[in-house]
Amino acid sequence: MDKFTVISGIVAPLDRPNVDTDAIIPKQFLKSIHRTGFGPNLFDDWRYLDHGEPGKDNSRRPLNPDFVLNQSPYQDAVILLGRENFGCGSSREHAVWALLDYGFRVVIAPGFADIFFNNCFKNGVLPIVLDSVIVERLFKAVAGSPGYTLRVDLPAQQITTPEQEIIGFEVDPFRKDCLIQGLDDIALTLQHADDIRRYEKARRLEAPWLFDK
Amino acid sequence: MSGKTLYDKLWDSHLVRQDDGGTALLYIDRHLVHEVTSPQAFEGLRLAGRRPWRSQSILAVPDHNVPTTDRAAGISDPVSRVQVETLDRNCSEFDITEFTMTDLRQGIVHVIGPEQGATLPGMTVVCGDSHTSTHGAFGALAFGIGTSEVEHVLATQCLIQKKSGNMQVRVDGRLALGVSAKDVVLAIIGRIGTAGGTGFALEFAGQVIRDLSMEGRMTVCNMAIEAGARAGMIAVDDTTIAYLEGRPYAPGAEHWEQAVSAWADLHSDADAGFDRVVTLDGGTLAPQVSWGTSPEMVTAIDGVVPDPDAESDPVKREGMRNALAYMDLQPGMAITDIRPDHVFIGSCTNARIEDLRAAAAVIRGRRVAAGIKQALVVPGSGLVKQQAEAEGLERVFTEAGFEWREPGCSMCLAMNADRLEAGDRCASTSNRNFEGRQGQGGRTHLVSPAMAAAAAVAGHFTDVRQVADT
Repeated sequence: MDKFTVISGIVAPLDRPNVDTDAIIPKQFLKSIHRTGFGPNLFDDWRYLDHGEPGKDNSRRPLNPDFVLNQSPYQDAVILLGRENFGCGSSREHAVWALLDYGFRVVIAPGFADIFFNNCFKNGVLPIVLDSVIVERLFKAVAGSPGYTLRVDLPAQQITTPEQEIIGFEVDPFRKDCLIQGLDDIALTLQHADDIRRYEKARRLEAPWLFDK
Repeated sequence: MSGKTLYDKLWDSHLVRQDDGGTALLYIDRHLVHEVTSPQAFEGLRLAGRRPWRSQSILAVPDHNVPTTDRAAGISDPVSRVQVETLDRNCSEFDITEFTMTDLRQGIVHVIGPEQGATLPGMTVVCGDSHTSTHGAFGALAFGIGTSEVEHVLATQCLIQKKSGNMQVRVDGRLALGVSAKDVVLAIIGRIGTAGGTGFALEFAGQVIRDLSMEGRMTVCNMAIEAGARAGMIAVDDTTIAYLEGRPYAPGAEHWEQAVSAWADLHSDADAGFDRVVTLDGGTLAPQVSWGTSPEMVTAIDGVVPDPDAESDPVKREGMRNALAYMDLQPGMAITDIRPDHVFIGSCTNARIEDLRAAAAVIRGRRVAAGIKQALVVPGSGLVKQQAEAEGLERVFTEAGFEWREPGCSMCLAMNADRLEAGDRCASTSNRNFEGRQGQGGRTHLVSPAMAAAAAVAGHFTDVRQVADT
């Protein structure tokens, strides 16, 4: 996993609540057995005017000019600005893989669905929860100045606007540490293998039927 | 000191360790695996030179990509075929029990786990699928995880977790005839919203929940995720125990009594504290129909499509406008005037035997209306299908004009060949009415099996309580 410390870049506004993971990456692309290559199909139903399928040459497909990522300069955005309940629905981690593959490293929203939120951290994407009043202000700022950029400093837990305004944000200390160091959390857990074995042994005595079949 | 909730008990009994920041290592008893969210996890395991910690805890089944037509013909879509074959290969390499596509026991992962008794009270159950909340109906802590977490559980039998808040949804009273578990959970989501349970473990309680069968309880817990909660759960009682006895993976005679006595504690203590409590009066609930593109956009069958202009929150208002444009509906339109052209009875929400019986009871002796282009019944598992056929339900459906299919996820998410075309409108017993969920441009109305059956017969949404009377 790529380490995450400071990211600066263009903010793309996606102004609708309840953006679900079906919209982020439609089902037909979930047939892949790989973790990469989902970027061209991020938001496929909204982004293209035709129906996408795996294996189709996306560079030849008609783009929907009304969709934000098809408008300059948002093709190069690294921060996605969303509304309430972002990432709801299916647990598909492909949604985060698609965002990452496209180039997004940060998603800012007033609220996230739990599974999506968790999946972000496992892939070096930082989901930031901000008060809806601040999010509304950011939407206005982006609308007023396309190409609006933010600087996200994870170690300091601060977002800096072009006007040098500083917005603080919360992040779980363990998750923060994993992101900054790009840690493999399976290796971390396996450091506690003895604890797991001890638990299993006691559990086997207490509830033996759980180990029967 | 106040007592513990069911969630507190399940959490505490699976705690391997906890650090000062509240990050915990939670032991996982049962790991369910399907073909879509597991290949990258197995690949990660292989690349790191790791093996599953406890293969015996895993039960695998292909369900999302499988065809619901002739199984002997195999999977014609080469991309889908590779994914299913990859699951077969991974299970064989890592010594994991798999019900393959041609096994009678194959079906939707959230149907077969309970059906086999592989989901038990007091367990932690995970699967790379958000509808894992279904298994909470058994007094288990069950929740969906991403693929990285699938790999984590494979490698360590544990997950790194933070404890959620405790929320109780209590549904009091008694349901009217014709009102089902699906209507209860849709009404709950309509009330608290799709983010209403975010950050909480949701316990469903009250007389209405107690009176539900296990199938009904699974329907309710299944859609906890549509209320934003990763986990939904219901206390263990005699209904739970009666359902489990004798199932293949349930405790055998040597441990049965011991297990049943341990399960007796799997309920929230009378003095347990919840961070949030919501109550509904079950007696006043009517059958529900969703009108929009989020499960919270739902109303009673005697209601109308709401007017976005009456919504004060500008973000919600815009969301409603988008939804009505996508659904091609006008504010003020009666729900009973909406005419679906497809009917889908299936999915991990509503494809169990009781669901098929409820739909068949409405359809018996009637015909699918002329305006319905396709009406599908997709049983939740090979065993459900077999039982339905033994009860003569297959004939009820096919004589009415329904297609009777092989088990799988099918048109709930349309990963296989079963899908809506742009502009199609479906009365569906599934769980998500998102844009494009059942096929790009397709329009989904979420309903109960009996309501889907009533719509199939009438050609428009109609109150099943009136159909049943005629």
